[in-house]
Amino acid sequence: MMVRVQEADFDVGSELAALRRDRPQIGALVSFVGVVRAASDGAGVSEMTLEHYPGMTEKALAAMVGEAGRRWKLIDAIVIHRVGRLLPGDQIVLVAVAGAHRGEAFAACEFLIDYLKTRAPFWKREVTPQGARWVAARASDDQAAERWRD
Amino acid sequence: MMLKILYFASVREQLGQGSEELPLPAGVVDVAGLLGFLAQRGGAWEHLAEIRNLRQAVNQEMVGRDAPIGAGDEVAFFPPVTGG
Repeated sequence: MMVRVQEADFDVGSELAALRRDRPQIGALVSFVGVVRAASDGAGVSEMTLEHYPGMTEKALAAMVGEAGRRWKLIDAIVIHRVGRLLPGDQIVLVAVAGAHRGEAFAACEFLIDYLKTRAPFWKREVTPQGARWVAARASDDQAAERWRD
Repeated sequence: MMLKILYFASVREQLGQGSEELPLPAGVVDVAGLLGFLAQRGGAWEHLAEIRNLRQAVNQEMVGRDAPIGAGDEVAFFPPVTGG
């Protein structure tokens, strides 16, 4: 189980290869990559800055990964989230879950990104032709996280 | 032991301040009490508690406004999170 918060980009292929290495018990590897969109709520986005709460962020991510490990039989999971200045098309986040079978790996991966979006202290500020603005939280993200209650 | 307070994102911008340390104000025992104390500063501070969906953390755990606080704690105020 590993969480990382970093400014640098990540290579999905090498992260997934590292997750699988020397683990013949893995039968399913599910990953989610979040990417900066070029448009948001009808406005063009030229760049974005991600702020976070150092210390709490890592703790919150580690707690989510731990919770996923309690809910599903997982072999391993990683979360890598970038901070700082990002451009459209840039990778923001990688969530990857390895399990023996796809069912638990799919569920745990979706759980992790849903929880991350509503519980990890990151904030996006995007630059549009109308100026810079803080991204508003979406009710649909809260509803997505709510599905995992219990 | 000082109380450390952190402000993030739009909340930090509204207050014009990212962090501060102060002695635990007399009579303050929870997050709501701290917000009341800060509001006495006037200006943007008066509106801190009224920010829609204001979130708070004590010692890096998200909590409600009834959460107790004491000297040496780290308290943070921020808007709903938007990562991922």
